[in-house]
Amino acid sequence: MTRIESQDHVATVVSQDLKSILATDCGSTTTKAVLIERRGDEYRLIVRGEAPTTVEAPFEDVTRGVLNAIMEVEELAGRKILDGERIITPQKGTEGVDLYISTSSAGGGLQMMVSGVVKSMTGESAQRAALGAGAIVMDVIASNDGRLPHEKIKRIRQLRPDMILLSGGVDGGTTSHVAEMAELLAAAEPKARLGAGYELPVIYAGNKDAAGIVRERLEDKTALVITDNLRPVLERENLTPARDKIHDLFMEHVMAHAPGYKKLMTWSPVPIMPTPGAVGLIIETIARDEKINVIGVDIGGATTDVFSVFQTVFNRTVSANLGMSYSVSNVLAEAGLANILRWVPFAIDELDLRNRIKNKMIRPTTIPQSLEELVIEQAIAREALRLAFEQHKMLAVGLKGVQQERTISDTFEQTASGETLVRLDHLDLLVGSGGVLSHAPRRSQAALMLLDSFLPEHLTELAVDSIFMAPQLGVLSTVHPKAAREVFEKDCLIRLGTSVAPVGPGKEGQTALRVTLERAGGKREEFSVPYGYIRLVPLADGERAEALLKPEKSFDVGEGKGRERKATLRGGVVGLIFDCRGRRPFTMPEERARRIAKLTEWNEALGIYPSVAAPASPAAAPAAAVPAGA
Amino acid sequence: MAHSYTPGLKVTAFTVVRRERKLPLPGTVLAKVGDAVAAEKVVARTELPGNVQTVNVANLLGVLPEDVRECLVKPVGSPLAKGETFAENRSFFGLFRSKVASPIDGTLENLSVVTGQALLREPPIPVEVDAYVDGTIVEVFPNQGVTVETRGTFIQGIFGIGGETSGELRVLAASPADPLREPSITEKERGCVIVGGSHVNTATLLHAVRMGVKAVVIGGFDDQDLRQFLGYDLGVAITGHEEKGLTLVVTEGFGAIPMASRTFDLLKQCQGRKVSVSGATQIRAGVQRPEIIAPRLTEAAGKDGVPDEHPLGLEVGSLIRAIRQPYFGRLGKVTALPAELTALETEAKVRVLEVDFGNGPRVLLPRANVEMIES
Repeated sequence: MTRIESQDHVATVVSQDLKSILATDCGSTTTKAVLIERRGDEYRLIVRGEAPTTVEAPFEDVTRGVLNAIMEVEELAGRKILDGERIITPQKGTEGVDLYISTSSAGGGLQMMVSGVVKSMTGESAQRAALGAGAIVMDVIASNDGRLPHEKIKRIRQLRPDMILLSGGVDGGTTSHVAEMAELLAAAEPKARLGAGYELPVIYAGNKDAAGIVRERLEDKTALVITDNLRPVLERENLTPARDKIHDLFMEHVMAHAPGYKKLMTWSPVPIMPTPGAVGLIIETIARDEKINVIGVDIGGATTDVFSVFQTVFNRTVSANLGMSYSVSNVLAEAGLANILRWVPFAIDELDLRNRIKNKMIRPTTIPQSLEELVIEQAIAREALRLAFEQHKMLAVGLKGVQQERTISDTFEQTASGETLVRLDHLDLLVGSGGVLSHAPRRSQAALMLLDSFLPEHLTELAVDSIFMAPQLGVLSTVHPKAAREVFEKDCLIRLGTSVAPVGPGKEGQTALRVTLERAGGKREEFSVPYGYIRLVPLADGERAEALLKPEKSFDVGEGKGRERKATLRGGVVGLIFDCRGRRPFTMPEERARRIAKLTEWNEALGIYPSVAAPASPAAAPAAAVPAGA
Repeated sequence: MAHSYTPGLKVTAFTVVRRERKLPLPGTVLAKVGDAVAAEKVVARTELPGNVQTVNVANLLGVLPEDVRECLVKPVGSPLAKGETFAENRSFFGLFRSKVASPIDGTLENLSVVTGQALLREPPIPVEVDAYVDGTIVEVFPNQGVTVETRGTFIQGIFGIGGETSGELRVLAASPADPLREPSITEKERGCVIVGGSHVNTATLLHAVRMGVKAVVIGGFDDQDLRQFLGYDLGVAITGHEEKGLTLVVTEGFGAIPMASRTFDLLKQCQGRKVSVSGATQIRAGVQRPEIIAPRLTEAAGKDGVPDEHPLGLEVGSLIRAIRQPYFGRLGKVTALPAELTALETEAKVRVLEVDFGNGPRVLLPRANVEMIES
């Protein structure tokens, strides 16, 4: 795991006196461009433009889409940035921009295979290094992964990664297992995904004593790069050198072979970064600057990325096949129909629902037109988010295999090594991003989706990324942290409010929490919230309220069971959400009618859906009517 | 503003279709530019290196890894038969012998003195690429493959399963709204590509497999049937490798949906002709849709005969198909394209278009939820 303090690997020097910045993100379907300008003392987002990405045929040149997106920015901003097919830099008068930067996940992003000796130790460390650098990890091959050597070789041959990260062993330890992995790799002769004519980049970040053997085995067959061991001793990870090498090779090999990227790379003085790597940087920056624990999630059409920083330790996971369009059917396959249906507050035919989900998969760009369709889409999103978060918790763990010193006082606290670092009761800020969250017609819908899928505990601030510009701001933060921070706070992050969720079991209807709120100006209000209910108290963005929270004896709001807590709660566009539906466990009625009634009640408490009259045209009549307020 | 509508699927009476036929590894190209080829003709061939097996010689002989080289009785690079001894160790003044035999027919490729493992490689696996469609070779990629060009009817489906195949086309449904049922598929359809109307279920598909049908083309299919037919829940639309006994091409989507009449009529015109079909679908990065190609090589290309036309944008009068509820599957004509954003029932503000479905008041649809009917 990377300590934030140690992250300082971008060497590019950019003037801090910039008047304007143009940043693009070349996604797998859309290229987004944002124009940032200094207005007075601060940097602000001016406009945002987008155009289809042009990596694929018939264009096969990423710069085409970038230019189209910039042209839209020019139109919207009413000023010239391009001179033909060239970005005017630096800014002259009202023409051009001082800096151009870009991120990219086009063409499927960075796809890697990683290898370690012990799957749960160096294998996991290697996986964390690759994920932290913004890669999709296609497979983890390890000496003890349960597969026979020929099965591993077959798998390595089947996959066509952009890059391989080979690790294993602590410095000074045995070299034979690392040699075995290098031999398997050499026997498999893996081929790169892009460009048949170039050698596959392989990074070796394992036991330094085995570097010679690895070089002997792989130097002739791959583009081998040797860097510092990512697990020099069992007790410590050192992922930064491997992460930096991944970024370098991403530029040198992968990007250089993607159509048009050679040209794009000459347009910017700052290296092009993989999109998720850039999002990770901005999440790290918030956590470091505010000294808080943060979870960020970006739910896309194909994948869902989860980022977390707990006690300054950064982790990222990507759930490669959990998404809202291309992968929507996989959410159904992994979560199961019953788990999706539990969030739908009306009766629906299962066959029909299955067909709808598949039709979204084969026509991924469609959007919900009816309220019923929106409700279904948001139900699927809850499950995609929940599953992605489950996967994240499994990988964001302490180092395994570390000996722990115990004293007699630890006898009753059997904490094992490898426990998840993600503690929902310690979470300060939960940030959601991606179409289904950022573009939810009502912000309260995004808030409830985040609550339902992450189940944050005690006090947690909720926010969404308004227009998904975190990637551009991530790469900007490496060269101009002030501009990145200002735009992120003022134009990117939309504060939804704060959730207050007591932890503990209870009985439906019995008081769980008593609240005394005092707003600015001294206005006081007192109320209690029963178990199984949610209560929304509007408190505008920028406002704060002093709260005295008194949980009943079986509930905890952060100070222990039944102990009161004083806190300053931050408002937002939704407000303060007192969520007493229970945590550990969070349960829903199993009987259908009761479940639907309960969901409807929760939805109404936050006012998340409009009431709709029955559809007028017979064609618009859905199979099941949406209950008012559902 | 970027176009937000989905370009429709190609349903063309006559066009030029080119298909690259390339090997996964360098090999030998067996055709030259100008050759007329049948779909079944092998145009390129290569050999994939065989699978590798590892044998831990040091462990089996009870020696240190650095000593294994001395135990070899066959040098590295030797061909080995299954059961043939390639390493042995004598101990106790030569009285006891331990032997290591090859588990496969193959070659002794490598021996590691670090791990004590031997790598044995199985014989190469031959790989052949056929022409897939009747046509002419128009381009040769040395050591890689060829481009085959054909002219004729070209129809894309929305989703498919199963790989490439070819056979005589038979339309078994009387109308595009008729489901395909078991009794209409008989022994006569063996080796054929059959066309149904609105729907097919798993039982009928399994019956078609028993009758030796090579491919089924249908308007709609239920997800439940797909799961039954495949034996698993398909998560991501990357298909083409399934081996279920036939190739399936769905032209409209999931559910019981009458086949678009233009598609059905064109398929009827191909009745009795040899067609090439692929079920391969890949919706991410570089969309690939399933297809039916019916070559008509003796006819000259008409004005449609241009490959890879770029679709024009939506206009008033354009024919469209709604591709999402609540109007899913309905065909209509665009009557207006308002420029301003319009609030939907969901309260989302999006760009819309006005459509006349021909049997009631005009309705507004998000532009993202229609597909142009292209010709």
